[in-house]
Order: sequence, then C-alpha cells, then structure tokens
Amino acid sequence: MHDKAKKRRIRYGMLGASAMTLLLSGCGPQYMVLDPVGPVGREELHLIILSVILTGIVIIPVLALLVFIVWRYRDKPGNRAPYQPKWSESRVLEVIWWGIPIVIVGILGYFTEKTTFALVRPPENNIAPITIEVTSLDWKWLFQYPDQKIATVNYAVIPTGVPINFVLTSDAPMNSFWVPRLGGQEYTMPGMAMRLWLQANQSGTYYGHGANFTGRGFAHMNFNVIAKPATQFYGWVQRVKSTSHPLTRAIYAQLKIPSVIGTTQYSSIPPNLFNGTVWADGGKYMPGMLPAQGTGSNSMKHNSTQ
Amino acid sequence: MPVWLTHFTTTYLMWNEGPMIWGSDVLILLTMLGIVVTLTRLRRWKWLWREWLTTVDHKKIGIMYLLAALIMMFRGGVDALLLRTQLAVPGNHFLSAEHYDQIFTTHGTIMILFMAMPFIFALFNIVVPLQIGARDVAFPYLNAISFWLFFFGAMLFNISFVFGGSPDAGWVSYPPLSELGFDFGPGENYYLLALQISGIGSIATGINFLVTIFKMRAPGMKLMRMPLFSWSVVAASVVIIFAFPALAIALALLTLDRVAGTHFFTILHGGDPMMFVNLFWVWGHPEVYIVILPAFGVYSEVVATFARKRVFGYSSMVLSLMLISVISYFVWAHHFFTMGAGAGVNTFFAIASMLVAIPTGVKVFNWLFTMFRGRIRLTLPMLWTIAFVPCFTIGGATGVMLAAAPADYQYHNSYFLIAHFHQVLIGGVVFGMLAGMYYWWPKVFGFMLDVRLGKIAFWLFNIGFYVCFMPQYALGFMGMQRRMYTYPTDMGWGTLNFISTIGAYIMGLGFLFIVIQVLYSIKHGERDLTGDPWDARTLEWSLPSPAPHYNFAVIPTVTERDMWWELKERKETDRLKLKSDMITPIHMPKNSGRPFLMGVSFFIAGFGLVFEWIPIAVLGLIGILLSLLFRAFEYGDEHTIPADEIRETEAALGRL
Repeated sequence: MHDKAKKRRIRYGMLGASAMTLLLSGCGPQYMVLDPVGPVGREELHLIILSVILTGIVIIPVLALLVFIVWRYRDKPGNRAPYQPKWSESRVLEVIWWGIPIVIVGILGYFTEKTTFALVRPPENNIAPITIEVTSLDWKWLFQYPDQKIATVNYAVIPTGVPINFVLTSDAPMNSFWVPRLGGQEYTMPGMAMRLWLQANQSGTYYGHGANFTGRGFAHMNFNVIAKPATQFYGWVQRVKSTSHPLTRAIYAQLKIPSVIGTTQYSSIPPNLFNGTVWADGGKYMPGMLPAQGTGSNSMKHNSTQ
Repeated sequence: MPVWLTHFTTTYLMWNEGPMIWGSDVLILLTMLGIVVTLTRLRRWKWLWREWLTTVDHKKIGIMYLLAALIMMFRGGVDALLLRTQLAVPGNHFLSAEHYDQIFTTHGTIMILFMAMPFIFALFNIVVPLQIGARDVAFPYLNAISFWLFFFGAMLFNISFVFGGSPDAGWVSYPPLSELGFDFGPGENYYLLALQISGIGSIATGINFLVTIFKMRAPGMKLMRMPLFSWSVVAASVVIIFAFPALAIALALLTLDRVAGTHFFTILHGGDPMMFVNLFWVWGHPEVYIVILPAFGVYSEVVATFARKRVFGYSSMVLSLMLISVISYFVWAHHFFTMGAGAGVNTFFAIASMLVAIPTGVKVFNWLFTMFRGRIRLTLPMLWTIAFVPCFTIGGATGVMLAAAPADYQYHNSYFLIAHFHQVLIGGVVFGMLAGMYYWWPKVFGFMLDVRLGKIAFWLFNIGFYVCFMPQYALGFMGMQRRMYTYPTDMGWGTLNFISTIGAYIMGLGFLFIVIQVLYSIKHGERDLTGDPWDARTLEWSLPSPAPHYNFAVIPTVTERDMWWELKERKETDRLKLKSDMITPIHMPKNSGRPFLMGVSFFIAGFGLVFEWIPIAVLGLIGILLSLLFRAFEYGDEHTIPADEIRETEAALGRL
C-alpha cells in the first residue's frame, strides 16, 4: 500500500510539474498565445486566465478529495475510519455540488458573452482601420490591400496601433487564418467573406499559419505578419508600388495551381479580384452579404459579415 | 510483367510506394494463412461457423465485439506511434506528407468508430441482459446483423491501406477537401461507405438496447431500481438513435457528390460545404457522449462494488445521465466557433457547452462520495476508475476553457485541442472500457486476469499518457497546429514533441502488457467458480461464470436496488435458489448464417461502389435483398430448450 501511495504521489508530482512548466513558460515569447502583442490577443488571454481560475475552483478540491478519500478509506485491517455502507443521500451536499458549477458557469458565461460581442467590433474606434483581403490558396496565402492597391503572398505588413480589418475567403479547401500573437483565428471559406479584427501595438515579425488541414502542402502554409510604425508601413507600400510587378489575372491563375512557394509582392491588383473570387465559387447562398459583382471593393467592408 | 499487371500492382496494390506497403501485404497474408492453417489443423471450421459466425447469443456477440475492439485499438495505436515517430524531431522524413495525412485520418476514424464504438457495444451485449434479468436482447437476429455490419464496415475501411489507398481528408472529412475536385482517390469512398455500413449497424444496436431495457426487464425491476450501467445504456441509446441518422445523411450526400455528380457540398453550382460541417457535428458531438456515457455507467458499478457502499445520489446520477444526453444536441457548433456564425450564435453554443460540465461535475462528486466512508479495494477495475477521476477532471476543465468561444479562437485546431480531446477520450472512455473489461471479464470467460501484469500495464499506460499529452497543451500555446506532417526547427517545438513521442511509446508498451496479461491469464488465470468474484451488487453476479446459454433458468423477481448485495447482506440468497419444479422449457432464438452473409453482401456492395465497379456493387445489393427476402419468409426462428436439459445444465453447475 505504501508503495502504491508513493507511486501516486510521483504521478501527481509529475502532473504538478507539467502544470508549472505551463505557467512559468508564460513569460517566453515562444508561448505565443500567452504573450499577445495586441488588444485582441490580450482580451482572449484574459478570458483564458479567468477560465483557468474558475475551473481551478472545482478541480483542485476534487483532486485533493480524491487523494484524501482513497487513502483514508482504503480497505486495510485496522483502518478505523468510519464505514457507512448505506449512507447514500444528502440533500445539503447535492445542493452544494449542483450549485457551485452553476454559479461558475454563470460567471464564465457572462464574460464569454461580453468578449464574444466585443471581438466583432474594431479594437479601436478612433483610428481609421486598414482593410486586408486574405485568400487562402493551395498552399499559400494571398493578401490584397484594396485601399493601397498592392498585394503580397505569404507575408503581410501592417502598421502598429491601427486596427486591421482582415476579410477572409478561400479559393481552395477551407483553411483557418491564425496569427497567435495578434489574436485568435477565423476560417477562410470558399464562397464566403468573413471578418477578423486584429491589431499589433508593438513592432515585430509575427508567425502565422493555416489552422485547418487542406491537403499535402498544408504544413508549409506559414506566413509572417510584420508590424511597423505607420510611416514605415506607408514607405513600404510605396516601395512595393515602385519596384514590383502588377498582379494580373493570369498570375492569379498561376497562384491557384497547388504548390508551395516563397514570398512575393505585387505593385497593383486587378479590380474585383477578391469579390469575384467570393462570387465565382458559388456565393449564391448568403444573399445580401456582398455587393453584386462589379461594384467597388471599398463598399465591401461595410457589408461583409461580422 | 504484362502492362495490365503493372497497372494493377501500381494503381491498386500500390507496390510502387515502398516497403511499408510490402510489409503490410506480407503480414496480412501471413495472418490469413495462419488463421486458415490453424482452423484446418484443429478441425475448427465447423465450430467457427456453428458457435460464432451464426450465433445470435448476446454474450458471444459481446465477445466478438470485444475482440474486434482490441484488434482495432492495436491498429489505431500503431497509427498513433507512426504519427508520433514522424513528429519526434523537427524536419523529419520518416513519413511523407501523403502517408502522414492518410495515417492521421485512419487513426481518428478507427479509434472513434471501430475501437470506441465496438468496445461500448461489447459491454452493452455482455452486461445489459444479465443485469436486467433477461434471456437475450429484444431482437437477437438484428443484434447479429449489427455486429456483422460493424465488422465488415471495419474490414472495408482497413483494406484501403493495401488496396487502393487510405482516406486522407481527416476523420471529419470536410468538403470541399473531401470532394472529387481535391481528392479523387478511392480512399475517401472507402471512408464514406465503411462508415455508412457500420453506422446502420450502430443505429440498429441503439434501437435494440433501448427496446431491450424498456420491455425485457425482470418482473419488479422498476426503472429506478435499475443498475446505473443499464441506465447509461438507455442514455447512450437515445443519443445513438437521434444522432446517427444525421451522419448517415451527411455520408450519403457526400457519396452522391462523389459518385453521382451531385453538388450538395461542392464549392460550385451552389453547393454548401458548411452544411456538411453542421450535419457531421450534429452527429459528431453527441457521438462523444455516446461513448462516454457507458463509461460513466461502468464507473458507477465499479465504485459501488469496490467501496462496498451504495452509489451516492442514485437519482442525481440518473438525472445527470439523461441531462447530458439532452444537452449533447445543443453544443455541436462549438466545433466551429471560428466559422463566422456570429456573436449571438457563438454565445449560445458556448454557454450550452459549459452547461455539460454541471451534470458531469455532479457525477464526479457523487463517485467521490460513494467512496467516502466506504472500504476501498484497489483491484484492477478500481485502479482504472480512480485514475479516471483526475484525468477526466483536468480534461473536463480544459473542455470548459475551450467552450469559452473567444478563447477557442486561440485554441481551435491547435495541439491544445488535441491534448484536450485525447484526455477526455482516453481518460474517460478508454479507462472506462478497460475498467469494464477487467470488471466483467470473469463473468464472460470464467477466469480472472492476472493482477501483477495488469498493474504493470496500468502504470505504464497512465504514466505514458501524461508524458504524451501534457506537453501537447503547451505546444498549443506555442502555436502548433494539428495535422502538420512536419515542422521547422526554429519554432522551439522540438523538445516537447520529443517528450510526447516517448510518452506515446510508453502507452504502447502498456497496451502490449494488456495483451500479454490476457494471453498469460488464459493459461494461468485463476478460475472463477463462485460466479461472484468481486463480492458485487447486481443481478449478473448471481449467475455462474460464464452464464449458461439461456442466462437465467428462472427469471428472478426483483424487489430492490442492488438486490444481489442486499440479499447477501441479509443472508437471503436462497431466494434466488432454483428448485427443480420451477424450471420450465425455455424459448430461445435459433442461430442463423444470414446476418453474416448479409454482412458479406454489404462488404461486396461497398467495395464495388468504392471503385465504382457497378456489376460488383449490384451483386452485393442482390445479396442484401436476398437476405432480407429470406428473413421475411422465415417462420419458426425459435427453438425450445426442454426443462430436463436445463435441469442437467444447472445441476452440472452445482446450482440445483
């Protein structure tokens, strides 16, 4: 019996150790989700921490009770702990353990609701947002800047401190657009345009990756989001405009062919490429979500889904 | 080699793909040869047909389910080890992307549908009729059909590995990735048809056991006197009946898209892939409750028996089982909070998902307080039950964390999610099924499993589990996505992945010890002559181990909950004692080869459809129709066991 208790202690020790690693590692930027650089990621982290605390209120007593009960009521000759084989009902106890989880779910549910609704709005209201249209392809990411009229592949540059309105679609199997240090993800789906607000308050290069499996080249669908101060961002836009080739429909058709490629940028974009993609893939369902084909891409950000 | 032969070996046998396929071919051939030679040399073909392939006895069907589940656990486990080996170090080239994609697809599909499902059905079959005082299930013939549909569905799925290629679109098989446009190989067809065939069997099992429990309980066994395992089967069967049709429809429509050129889920011509995602999870989420609820039932039986105490809060336990089965229908969208459903919808499904934690938490407290002021014996079933509590509680907590929709935007499809669902499915379902297997093993086979080997398996599996999956929570926070066949060095994911792989191998070793334990115990296991080796509480333990073909010579009259235990307490077990004049002839269903042949026909039809070889498919369909037709005109499918024969059997068992 001693041996067994010892083994169990070792096991809990290991559990604790792994939990500690988790907590301590929060400091390192490798733990991207725990080290956000923008308001969206930060809100999500707050909810994560709250949920850890609230569930901890239940699981820590449960684990303690389990160890205590198994040790105290083990079947050993001479164990003087009470034995009441017929004791099986207690109104008070039942009320406690139906009640506590209800209260916890109530609290967590309230904050979940608040955050869910907060995240469909831009993180800052006073600063004009920048729109970036994202298309996931097999197996690459195309970023179009409808206002700057440029495009990039497998990386995006954004200004710091400005809310970014990512409008997402797919011209391939559905994927999910995830930049962990900026905040959570949203799917890219063929025939639909969906919105994700993100913002970086700190300059840096942030890892992004597709999060939904799309076949053979999926593991290579990483991209970087590079955040720079606004002046540098506009400088970069000018450089792209003056030094790159335009994105033509012929080049887009090339991009659509399944392949794994590096990064590129384009000095201009063909009109309506993004909207056309959403409509071409049978955007019939979801009427009213997008303007009909042929109108400018600017009106789109007001109509796309939240 | 002639051209057509080269074409055949390349396209269908995939001999150009290298040693992994060749090795599997050789192993499969050797296994089949081994089986044929053994059966022939021991002259067991007739025995196989008479005793097993044609049986409608729920106990034997249960044994076949159990065997199939263990074999599939081995197959799915080998898949898992291949995946973990590939991920052990960054930039590994052990598996190609194509093979990795196929293997994670078969791992997930096999573990859920061809391991967890037959494992719960094994316990349904082994336990329910004995526990409620019945002689068989309500529809024994249908029960055999269910088994053979599962079996041949699993066979169809498994041969894809060596004939034509495995599916590779993930076990969720989302279109448009799983549509012809992106995935034209036969693998996806295998997935669709194999799941369809075994799914029909599962629906039938759900109906069968619900009717069995509602209509065939022994006199006096009111619903609120029923053992909690049987209650959990009620809850699970209700969920099966309502959830599986959604899967059947989703699979059928996707099959039509692929085979008949329709556009239900394509991205062209107005198809809507999102609709598949909804249908899949309308089944998929209830499905995880289908497999966990019977495990909850097992824990309730085991805890009460080995704490020598009544289950705490019986009514609460029943209520929470039924609440979970109802709430399970209102949570499916939490699998795609990130698909733009809108804040209102996400909030609804987030809170509904959190609600599941309430009845589940209540059950955990009730199990704890069943042990409180009891006397706890640390037998194998009890060890797995005690190990379940911390594992499942932590898994449940991370489940609540995932349910908070905005937080899920950061967990979705990351290794945090992988760690969570493995923790609840292994810590909840697998631990529960193993606890159940250890608990009822002597009842089924008449001997005990070796304790020492079982404890080694237990510790290896448990330690391996935490070593394998705890690092994966951290990897999720580090931004690692699921289903990547490789990852770069500079992400810092290498160390934790390596640790995780070590854990997986320790778990594999644990499984190996379970196999060794079973083989060793067949020879050296202690025989159970009492019928009640655990000093247990419910009716099945009043029977000899293994129970005779007809279960109860005389159906007992039930007067209270845990009647066997109460009778033992009051020293009134004589009340169940047989008297010679009480015994009357018993009607039992006749064996039939038709369910097996029907399974074969389904297999042929499915196989034909996979490759769109229509004549073969038609041949199979004709076989199915013929079996239905012959059944429709079958009269006298019962036989009578004369009273004298029963007296002899019971006397030989020393019970008369």
